[in-house]
Amino acid sequence: MREITIGQYIPGNSLVHRLDPRTKILVTLAYMILLFALNNFYGYIFPVVFLILATILSRISVRYLLKGLKPLIFIITLTFVLNSFMIKGRVIYELGPLDITYEGLVQGAFMAIRLILLITGTSLLTLTTSPISLTDGIERLLSPFKKVGVPAHELAMMMTIALRFIPTLLEETDKIMKAQMARGADFESGNLINRAKNLVPLLVPLFISAFRRADDLAMAMEARCYRGGENRTRLKELKMTFIDMATFAVFTLFAIGGIASRFL
Amino acid sequence: MSIVVKNLTHIYMPNTPFESVAIKDINWTINDGEFWGLIGHTGSGKSTLIQHLNGLLKPTSGEIIIDGKNIHSKEVSLKTIRQKVGLVFQYPEHQLFEETVEQDVAFGPRNMGLPDEEISKRVKEALELVGLPYEQIKDKSPFELSGGQMRRVAIAGVLAMKPQILVLDEPTAGLDPRGRDEILQEIVDLKEKQNLTVILVSHSMEDIAKIVDKLAVMYKGEMVSQGNPREIFKDYQGLVEKGLGIPQVTELMIKLKGKGKNVSTDILTVEEARAEILKTLRRKGLA
Repeated sequence: MREITIGQYIPGNSLVHRLDPRTKILVTLAYMILLFALNNFYGYIFPVVFLILATILSRISVRYLLKGLKPLIFIITLTFVLNSFMIKGRVIYELGPLDITYEGLVQGAFMAIRLILLITGTSLLTLTTSPISLTDGIERLLSPFKKVGVPAHELAMMMTIALRFIPTLLEETDKIMKAQMARGADFESGNLINRAKNLVPLLVPLFISAFRRADDLAMAMEARCYRGGENRTRLKELKMTFIDMATFAVFTLFAIGGIASRFL
Repeated sequence: MSIVVKNLTHIYMPNTPFESVAIKDINWTINDGEFWGLIGHTGSGKSTLIQHLNGLLKPTSGEIIIDGKNIHSKEVSLKTIRQKVGLVFQYPEHQLFEETVEQDVAFGPRNMGLPDEEISKRVKEALELVGLPYEQIKDKSPFELSGGQMRRVAIAGVLAMKPQILVLDEPTAGLDPRGRDEILQEIVDLKEKQNLTVILVSHSMEDIAKIVDKLAVMYKGEMVSQGNPREIFKDYQGLVEKGLGIPQVTELMIKLKGKGKNVSTDILTVEEARAEILKTLRRKGLA
């Protein structure tokens, strides 16, 4: 239960940690677009080097970064295999009614590389950005769209609260699970239907406590006169600094390099 | 039935940046019929330690031996261990889930696979042991009860499994002074009546000093002292440094002694203190 690493934040004070969350979100978005804009293997040198550079600067251990890939190995393999079989072209090997083509292998390899780089890149974002500053960044990035009716502040507040309560609920689940196991409950064996039934002693208390917490939180927010949106000031103003500008500049160079490789 | 804890160490989330040593190298022997208090500041590792006693947590290293057998060896079934060692969690009312009080208390015995008559007999006994009127309460929803009653129902849920060792984690947390005294008194009575071995976990000396026979003190994941409460209170300074007080009356006697009064500091209750002060005054011919 506590071993989930996707979306986890590792506190730190590295250069990457200190970047403005808006910079990190925008660069990650551009990085994702770049991954899909590249069409030859040389081009991928640019995002790979960029990612390695960012990882070194973030001081996040590589082992931990790659751990996020583990649950997705299956999807990556499946993408690779499907692509190798599905795309028509020069046949390399025949496997009954299925053909493995050269074009398919290339396409499959592209997709696998893209997925791996995509996941590691976005993991680096969440590993180095606390959920609070992440939602702060999203709120600020969405605020120009307020004029067309996007409730940017409310969305960000909902995300903040949801993220804030994930660890709390996991802890609560762990506790209730143990309490019921101490009374002889069994969550691990039996067939599917029995297992689902056995979850009742876990889910009922969990829901009750989630509602109680939501109620308390709403009360506490109202007691402090919270009323979203307009004219709220904030404790931590986001400010772009020199390192943010430098990050954009460096990334642009890498992106240009990558795009240029299309015309090799 | 005895529990021996041998060189027990537990590390949460090993090999990650969040790795933390919760308890280290604990050695503790709990003999049949003893009444232990386990005390320590928040985060000292008390809860982690007791979750090992019925196998909910697996030691990173070290062993838990119950009746001569390591509980994580193949010949021992954890289900039997959990029946023998009843564990009542902090805020146990948060685990209630059934539609009626009777069904909720029956959850444990039902998981043990007992026949129906035996289950209802045990439910009745357990509810009466915690001082709840069985007939009036059995068909109520646990969620319409008061906080103190809900907690009693939850404790009854563990008692209905007829454990030989009862471990209670902060059973008085969040109760008012009266509810606290009632629950503590019930635990004392329960121990007498059922001849249980009891381990009471708390961060408040005030609560447990006068009712337990033996105290074990945890500090930053280590068990720093164990023994008779009176002996442990002699190290007043050490306890204060560990964020633990001693009962107010004991503290008063130590202060009186510090002011040069000839009193004994071996005092746990107000009655004892009163007798001791009167004795000293008489000696001086003042009372």
